[in-house]
Amino acid sequence: MIKKIITLFLILIPINSHALIEVDITRGNLDPLPLAVSPLSIDEESRKSFQKVLKKENIGEEISTIVENNLSTSGLFNPLSKEAFLQAPDIANLKPRFEDWKLIKAQALITGKVNFMDDKLRVEFRLWDVLAAKEMMALAFTTVPTNWRRVGHIISDKVYERLTGEKGYFDTRIIYVAEEGPKTQRLKKLAIMDQDGFNNKFLTLGNELVLTPRFNPTSQMVTYLSYFKNLPRVYLLDIETGTQEVVGDFPGMTFAPRFSPDGKKIIMSFAKDGKSDIYTMDLENRIVERITNHPSIDTSPSYSPDGKYITFNSDRSGYQQIYIMKSDGSDVKRISFGNGLYGTPVWSPRGDLIAFTKLHKGKFYIGVMRTDGKGERLLTENYYQEAPSWSPNGRVLIFYRETKTNDKGEGFTAKLWSIDLTGYNERKIKTPTDASDPSWSSLLSN
Amino acid sequence: MILSKILKNTLLVLTTCIVLSACATKKEIATDIKGSMQGDVYTGTDTVKYLAEGVPDRVFFATNESILTTASRETLRAQAAWLRKNSGINVVLEGHADERGTREYNLALGERRANAAKDYLMTYGISSDRITVLSYGKERPVDSGSNPLSWSKNRRSVTVKAN
Repeated sequence: MIKKIITLFLILIPINSHALIEVDITRGNLDPLPLAVSPLSIDEESRKSFQKVLKKENIGEEISTIVENNLSTSGLFNPLSKEAFLQAPDIANLKPRFEDWKLIKAQALITGKVNFMDDKLRVEFRLWDVLAAKEMMALAFTTVPTNWRRVGHIISDKVYERLTGEKGYFDTRIIYVAEEGPKTQRLKKLAIMDQDGFNNKFLTLGNELVLTPRFNPTSQMVTYLSYFKNLPRVYLLDIETGTQEVVGDFPGMTFAPRFSPDGKKIIMSFAKDGKSDIYTMDLENRIVERITNHPSIDTSPSYSPDGKYITFNSDRSGYQQIYIMKSDGSDVKRISFGNGLYGTPVWSPRGDLIAFTKLHKGKFYIGVMRTDGKGERLLTENYYQEAPSWSPNGRVLIFYRETKTNDKGEGFTAKLWSIDLTGYNERKIKTPTDASDPSWSSLLSN
Repeated sequence: MILSKILKNTLLVLTTCIVLSACATKKEIATDIKGSMQGDVYTGTDTVKYLAEGVPDRVFFATNESILTTASRETLRAQAAWLRKNSGINVVLEGHADERGTREYNLALGERRANAAKDYLMTYGISSDRITVLSYGKERPVDSGSNPLSWSKNRRSVTVKAN
């Protein structure tokens, strides 16, 4: 459903330019790059056609707004107010008058046009370096009109990549648990939405408790925990077909599932007789392998991107701490030695960092450390927050945060938040209901 | 001179009163919490239900712990005695954690707590066939408060009739 319904043709229009603007994303960017997103120009006939099909007055403007919002929320760019633009969209796309854009202090400019062609949506767009008066990139692609929001996300990704040198994370989705009702009887459903909160859809009805959904590498499958028939088990859900199946045949609770980086296995915990150990199940041949065997609680496993290592948390030292081991379970090493408890380790897609939740002196932190446990950095502190999940480019973490209730036990909320790896740019993510356990998909177009 | 002394003394008495009464209120609150918590284990009864007369349905745990307290063992012995008398009844032991831990670890912790109760029931003659363990982690608190007393009520294993 995600990749298949979009027929995407990326056609590279010849480019002849040198990278002159560069955005440094490795440190907190307190001075975002000012840029102008000129609305995509549209001819009157196309405008009317899209209006009929999509019920949108001007699809060119709508797509530009998506680009603007994405670039703005990244914290790296400062899209300028359209009111200051001097050049009309159609003319700007042909050849910008750079002096006009320089005047409003734009350093980069995005222009483009959108057409209705054979019932399809065709977009072309250009990125310009205003100060150097040069074209940096030009791309065109065609898709079904209903994919118009994705078009905005793909443009954002291409611009982000061209200006930062790293892949973007806008054409992505978030799977999470939607929550409603009183704290003592929370109703929970699986939900999926675009990274920017649009196209929200519930995937389960809320008849049973569901927790911790996670995408597979192609973002078409999800593994999660369901209390179906009051038997907490790890399940597999095909988002496209809606088919669900239980993973493995365990005589007890299985939980904390994640996919291996090749998508072929599910790694999870199995609890029995008061101890929880880590197991894998091969999805092709159904072979179950035991990875840890210890009287302690071993859970929250996460693979390194090359699949050679696993990080997990265990209380074998007496308290919850983070460990790494080889993927066959050998060479177990504790890596967290700071003050407090450490949990929910997640290996970054770049392989060099592990994100975690830390509890110390009654406060919860989201942090990162290197894979040898050194270089711990705490990004955010709060009453309660946990479960970081990486953006596919490894630059942003999404997690959930719960509020403290008042004296009467009222005022409980759970929301999704994101923060840059730099510790800057913390943002609440808008969801129709309360939300927890977010998992970020891979880039859908590539 | 004398007047001022009297005044001074009155003032002193007054201040002492204020200090004392402040102390008394503080102490009262402290004993109140102490009355329902020992260490950080809940010892009150306001959320407790009963399987039968004199047979409480739940036991409580310290933070991050699954060790049974003396009071818990007493409760479980009463449950075992009742279960021996009512041999047709099976039970589910529902293990829970408070909200101050990560979700996945708490699922495991709930399972460990319910198993601690199960093991104890088994040593008092209840067959493991009659006991199912179900962990809810921190998903089903009984008290929605965000304070040590509320958390202590939520760290529990509840014995529920399965049939």
